[in-house]
Amino acid sequence: MNIVVCVKQVPEVSDADLEINRKGSDIDREDLEFEINEWDNYAVEEAVRLKEAHGGHVTVITLGDEDCEDVLRQSLAMGADEAILIDEDGFEMSDAAGIAKGLHGVVKDLSFDILLTGVQSSDNSWGQVGLILAELLGLPYASLVVGIEMGDGKATVFRELESDTQEKVELPLPAAMTVQTGINTPRYVSILGIKKVRKIKIKETDADELNLSEDEIGAEGSCVTSRKLVIPSIGGAAEMLTGSLDDICNKAAQIIQDKGGLV
Amino acid sequence: MENIFVIAEHRQGEIRDITFEMLNLGNSLAKENDMTVTSVLLGKDTGDIQEKLQKASDRVLVMDAPELADYNADYYLAALEGIIKEKTPRLVLIGHTSAGMDLAPPLSVRTGAPLATDCMDVRLTGDTLEATRQVFGGKINAELSLKPSATYMVTVRPGCFPDAGDLGKSAETDTIPVPEWTNLRGRHFLEYLTSETEDVDIAAADILVSVGRGIGKPENIPMVEEFATAIGATVSCSRPVADKEWLPKSRQVGVSGKTVKPKIYIALGISGAFQHQAGMKNADTIIAVNTDAAAPIFSVAHYGIVGDLLQVIPVLTEKFKNA
Repeated sequence: MNIVVCVKQVPEVSDADLEINRKGSDIDREDLEFEINEWDNYAVEEAVRLKEAHGGHVTVITLGDEDCEDVLRQSLAMGADEAILIDEDGFEMSDAAGIAKGLHGVVKDLSFDILLTGVQSSDNSWGQVGLILAELLGLPYASLVVGIEMGDGKATVFRELESDTQEKVELPLPAAMTVQTGINTPRYVSILGIKKVRKIKIKETDADELNLSEDEIGAEGSCVTSRKLVIPSIGGAAEMLTGSLDDICNKAAQIIQDKGGLV
Repeated sequence: MENIFVIAEHRQGEIRDITFEMLNLGNSLAKENDMTVTSVLLGKDTGDIQEKLQKASDRVLVMDAPELADYNADYYLAALEGIIKEKTPRLVLIGHTSAGMDLAPPLSVRTGAPLATDCMDVRLTGDTLEATRQVFGGKINAELSLKPSATYMVTVRPGCFPDAGDLGKSAETDTIPVPEWTNLRGRHFLEYLTSETEDVDIAAADILVSVGRGIGKPENIPMVEEFATAIGATVSCSRPVADKEWLPKSRQVGVSGKTVKPKIYIALGISGAFQHQAGMKNADTIIAVNTDAAAPIFSVAHYGIVGDLLQVIPVLTEKFKNA
């Protein structure tokens, strides 16, 4: 069984102090660390597990500049067999459809049973790329997937709905799925593990080779004509408890007690 | 006629809250722009739902077919592609929910309508659409303008607009003929699954101590349990902790877990993504502890502590032991 996984490199933002660039169009990326998008990490793990259970070949694809090789190396170290980099700056201002078109340029020529992406990326959070890609390929699909069971020429897929409910759907293969966090426990990748895959050659391609024109990708093809970022005011409502650790805990204990906690 | 479509969402015979939130947004946009609001209802035997929609819409379009009883992308796409292409609404509102997230991106490809997902606010101005949404883990807001288009498509974040309820309208219902199903991909809905018996019901607890990613490792959970015991609380968690199986899924607060409304909710190391906030923001008192002063959880908390929960909790626990 062959599986294709599309992955993205994103800035790590949960512990970072974010600042907005002068134009207001993006965050200042200079001091940020980059990592594989969390949802995509689960997708790579799921692909490798499916391969381990049923045999086959896992191909990972990303789109960006050569710094994005890191996420491909990490995926190879997790057990992917092959990696493709669409090395192209032209996607910088793309919308989700533009990114999906770039990936489509490569994926349409691959032979696979299952195409995986993460549900969304932590940076733009559109939640669109995997499903637009499925539509461009004319594939059956399911989003928010938290379980995959392989059958004969088909897959039984568990989708996460609201309120602790799941939906069971059946898809004929080949099919596309967007993977939700928690579907598995991604394996840890050591530096040694990444060293071991350093000899695997990463295939490279670009927009020219894929016959993608500027009006399809990038700012020109994007449905977003302007984007202004603002840092929302946070904590406006919250009364912040300050002082020494002991002071803070005394205040917090008093609040808990006043509001009905055990004395 | 230019108007606003609201794609009504329902499951197992129940209309979903997001439908009335979208009707609230749709009606205010319609008022500002001199448009009408049309609810589009796909399903099977949806009479009760139609009645509710009529009170908050100017028109209700109904398609009734066994294939539409439960949400299925194949049939919903085929039905909506036809309706949208024929009627050319100015704006199509879809919930940013498990169904809407599944439906909207392919529907935007098929109809050619520019799509903005997970929007917290939307404005129609002149020939463009402006939308507000969150990026970078909810720490930044993005104000977007979309390119001119006859039809726009937006998925609306749940919980951002009040329930429209009964606006005193009495819309007419038009039945749309069921099309010949084309472009199907063979997806089949099989069944709904609800989780098995749970160890505790966090929704019934008066006080919740909830742990998030900031707990760092599972070995730190007993420390939180000790604190919870000291104040008479039950332990719950945010998504990353349940994803890693450090606590069972039944303890998860949020859109895909439980909605809770305790007297006190103590959020420890929880950044406060909207999916989490939606499950706890109605608690009477919310106390948040987080190392990141810019964490979105502080926007819904009543009291905030910027600090490491691993340092705060042992000291705080002692206050109750000594009391």
